[in-house]
Amino acid sequence: MKLNLKIWRQENKDAQGKFENYNIDNIHGDMSFLEMLDVLNNQLVEENIEPVEFDHDCREGICGMCSLQINGEPHGPDRRITTCQLHMRRFKDGDTITIEPFRANAFPVVRDLAVDRSAFDRIQQAGGYISVNTSGNTQDANSLPIQKENADMAFNAATCIGCGACVAACKNASAMLFTSAKVSQYALLPQGKVEATERVLNMVDQMDKEGFGNCTNTGACEIECPKGISLENIARLNREYLSASLKG
Amino acid sequence: MSVLDSKIPSGPLAEKWTKHKNDINLVNPANKRNIDVIVIGTGLAGASASATLAELGYNVKTFCFQDSPRRAHSIAAQGGINAAKNYQGDGDSNYRLFYDTVKGGDYRSREANVYRLAEVSGNIIDQCVAQGVPFAREYGGLLDNRSFGGVLVSRTFYAKGQTGQQLLLGAYSAMNRQINRGKIQSHTRHEMMDLVLVDGKARGIIARNLVTGEIERHAAHAVVLASGGYGNVFLLSTNAMGSNVTAAWRAHRKGAFFANPCFTQIHPTCIPVSGDLQAKLTLMSESLRNDGRIWVPKKKEDAKAIQEGRLKPTEIKEEDRDYYLERRYPAFGNLVPRDVASRAAKERCDAGYGVNKTGQAVYLDFASAIERYGKEKAFSSGNKDASHEEIIKLGKEVVEAKYGNLFDMYEKITDQNPYETPMMIFPAVHYTMGGLWVDYNLMTTIPGCYATGEANFSDHGANRLGASALMQGLADGYFVLPYTIGDYLSNDIQTGPISTESKEFEEAEKSVRNQIDKLMNAKGDKPADYFHRKLGLIMWNKCGMSRNEKELKEAIEEIAELREDFYKNVRVTGKPNVKNQELEKAMRVADFLELGELFAKDALHRNESCGGHFREEYQTEEGEALRDDENFRYVAAWEYKGEPKEAVLHKEELVYENIELKTRSYK
Amino acid sequence: MGGIKTSIARKVAMALSGLFLVLFLLQHFTINFTSVVSPDTFNEISHFMGTNFLVQAVLQPILIFGVIFHFVMGFILEAKNRSARSVKYGVYNGGANASWMSRNMLISGAVVLAFLGLHFYDFWVHEMQVKYLEGDMTGLNQAGEFRYYEETVAKFAGQPIRVGLYVIAFVFLMLHLLHGFASSFQTMGVNNKYSSAIKKFTKAFAIVIPLGFAFVAIFHFINH
Repeated sequence: MKLNLKIWRQENKDAQGKFENYNIDNIHGDMSFLEMLDVLNNQLVEENIEPVEFDHDCREGICGMCSLQINGEPHGPDRRITTCQLHMRRFKDGDTITIEPFRANAFPVVRDLAVDRSAFDRIQQAGGYISVNTSGNTQDANSLPIQKENADMAFNAATCIGCGACVAACKNASAMLFTSAKVSQYALLPQGKVEATERVLNMVDQMDKEGFGNCTNTGACEIECPKGISLENIARLNREYLSASLKG
Repeated sequence: MSVLDSKIPSGPLAEKWTKHKNDINLVNPANKRNIDVIVIGTGLAGASASATLAELGYNVKTFCFQDSPRRAHSIAAQGGINAAKNYQGDGDSNYRLFYDTVKGGDYRSREANVYRLAEVSGNIIDQCVAQGVPFAREYGGLLDNRSFGGVLVSRTFYAKGQTGQQLLLGAYSAMNRQINRGKIQSHTRHEMMDLVLVDGKARGIIARNLVTGEIERHAAHAVVLASGGYGNVFLLSTNAMGSNVTAAWRAHRKGAFFANPCFTQIHPTCIPVSGDLQAKLTLMSESLRNDGRIWVPKKKEDAKAIQEGRLKPTEIKEEDRDYYLERRYPAFGNLVPRDVASRAAKERCDAGYGVNKTGQAVYLDFASAIERYGKEKAFSSGNKDASHEEIIKLGKEVVEAKYGNLFDMYEKITDQNPYETPMMIFPAVHYTMGGLWVDYNLMTTIPGCYATGEANFSDHGANRLGASALMQGLADGYFVLPYTIGDYLSNDIQTGPISTESKEFEEAEKSVRNQIDKLMNAKGDKPADYFHRKLGLIMWNKCGMSRNEKELKEAIEEIAELREDFYKNVRVTGKPNVKNQELEKAMRVADFLELGELFAKDALHRNESCGGHFREEYQTEEGEALRDDENFRYVAAWEYKGEPKEAVLHKEELVYENIELKTRSYK
Repeated sequence: MGGIKTSIARKVAMALSGLFLVLFLLQHFTINFTSVVSPDTFNEISHFMGTNFLVQAVLQPILIFGVIFHFVMGFILEAKNRSARSVKYGVYNGGANASWMSRNMLISGAVVLAFLGLHFYDFWVHEMQVKYLEGDMTGLNQAGEFRYYEETVAKFAGQPIRVGLYVIAFVFLMLHLLHGFASSFQTMGVNNKYSSAIKKFTKAFAIVIPLGFAFVAIFHFINH
């Protein structure tokens, strides 16, 4: 199929960006969206034009490196997948596809479609861990039975891949779903309870410092999240935060 | 006399590690503060090592090319992690895990290393649970296990199909804790370009900041390479797009021997190649072989009809299906080790029984599992005479609960519903057992340069068992390296900070700049991908699942030619001092083009078949691998001498004192 | 509002003030509805509410504070949220993942706020005038009967424009409540087995109450 691509080009984080149009042909429905961009880039190199920079790595929907706002939605029109799992059969011959970076002040553009999501790392560094030494003197794993239901919920929260689609989708560029996923994972496990108060206060504090917007419960994040992280986690974060604040 | 000293401690196998830990030198906590360690790569091996080193008190600098440490490719491991916990009470033990691993590796791994791996495996699980890793649990609240290929016990711990992700996020969280304490400096979007040696010791690296293009010098008292495997030399593999050999290869060029480069694991259950422009292959977890049955049609005309789209797999009658693994290997059936399963699939496809358009696929069928689970479920929920439809519906629910995410992933990629029609799978490059040669302390042949995880060669021999890569990465990082490195660093307590102003750093930086200039100034018109694709085809066709002397010789020639062509005809667009993915790719491909040749050379010299290395000249009458313990019971460690073809072979003889060498049989 | 510093605290304040206003709506509607059923009851309650010290001196200021707090905070949050993404998307398909109501609380809120201006002008300003400037606390008209019912009716009878404006405002109130009411529970951290029941209840409330207000206005328009 033939496609018209409207792609955001921006030299670096301080440069002014703009959309460029590219035409591409011979795209096959079984190709993934990123393979389509690979084809475009090889074509550009052959024409001696600098190719489009975009982030990607595992190409199987788990590393969270790929991003892209495709026709106004993070990771494109399909649900529960990342851009690398989006296939071209989803598009029609002659379509125009607009491709932009995830936009938020907290995610400055690195170049073209690649953005800097280190704000997420800093939120995790503020408390997204259990303070246990890793050098090996721990109690036996089965000495701490955990209710399956809670373990499963913790797992579901823990499947967040940190891609930033929640921020990209949110009209307020809020990072609440991301933050709530980690807070929830530990809040649901007995190992995480000990530091729960400090964790939630520090992580929310860092989240605010990074310049993300506020959550207004539109639910866009949950719909666009490639891993289906539930809004329940945000409610849990709110609850954890409230009780932590009251404890002081 | 070999120059290789594996430093295996003396004494009985089960006591070696404890004894060694008691014997080696330690660095006192106050001195650790004055010692810097660089860790390249933040996958399981790198992240766990960084966290533990920092916790012990060292100053750690980590480097990864991704935008966050959490994205390293360990994250994509699906199935699970082995540990000899014997929670299931099915007779597991450290010895059995050790035995299975050595046997699974076709007797080409080091006994002492493997035993240590088995010994610390249980501790990994304890550690990860304490960290909040949400492993799958049973209703009683205790940890659940499943079974993997090549073993007869259930010792695999898992978190649905995302075990690697959960373990890596655990290690990443441990890293974050140390970053927050100021003990780890994390450098993301950085690529190691060279290892710097001062007085013969690894004392730092040259790295390129991938965002600004800056060439940076970083000094340390020791450098740990946890940079993963080199499966991407095949272009098409289950590795991440960015996975590369550059860090390991640059260390090799500086004197680290490269061991067994030809030992590559071809994983049997991947989604088949769909087109010429495909960029990567997707793995379907080995755990699927617990319940899926692998088959091809018994009759060639059926296979042909399927290839041409005239027949559907569901229309083939039970008696016309060839469940070839169950037929050939009744004891292990569909759960034979990966190398065996892959070769068997290739054998059937080469014989004309393959089932997709190109004849390069076999079926992985869940119909009987769905029915079996459906019956169990109906029975246990009190519906004693459920109809066939009800049984199938219940069975699908059970299968969905177990493998739902994998089934969804398959459907997304292929547009076929695996609940209704069997999956199509084909082997693909997945893991490289070979890597930098290391001694028992995980130190390479360069003093102060260590290699952990997939980047080293040590534990898996010629074939790795499923769910053992995660185990090795974390064992090395959490429990082995942080202690053994102290033995070396104890000599450095008075060294003081290493300067980056020395001539060694100067020279290393200059050579990196020269290479960049050379690539930027190449006057060609082809993208780096073009050469990578060509290299991949040579590797797959001539150094892939089965190899022979003639083709390996051709491969060596062709790769050398391609390398020459590359430097003449590559085009790197843009500038070196900004983010430039073409330059990143070109530099990685340049190293793959050297490694590929050494790979073929190693495969050519090893005149035997073992594990993932199958030489057509060396097979039994039944087509099984024919090992030659007399002549090849050694680790082939190659020393760099300028060009890959000049590489010099060093042998580390493998000694088996606790295990009897046998022909590996899974029948 | 400087004391409420973190994003979640602001959100909770927004939810609490919203919930308080929801309670007020319920109370207001209940009283309004008596005007349809029994003018006498309506008069009596109106007189009580209009002259009771506690209601006037304590509840009324709290209410006014609640309203002002809710909309000022709403504007502050909206401004902050907009500034979190200074380069806007070229294409933004917001409808693909969130309802119109949830994305446009500012618009529905602003319409309701504008309506409040009209509503205050219609009723509150007049009440203040009569009671506190003229000092007539009797609540009686010249005929010696309670004036509230007839005054209310007079605002709607034969006043199609006002009734139309009121109805439009109630539609926006409905849109505002459809997202806001349920949302306040989520913000307060309520997400459990009762959540779906709460959602249904809030949806029903968000539809019934504004419709009820509109019904009262239209009822008086048609019947007099």
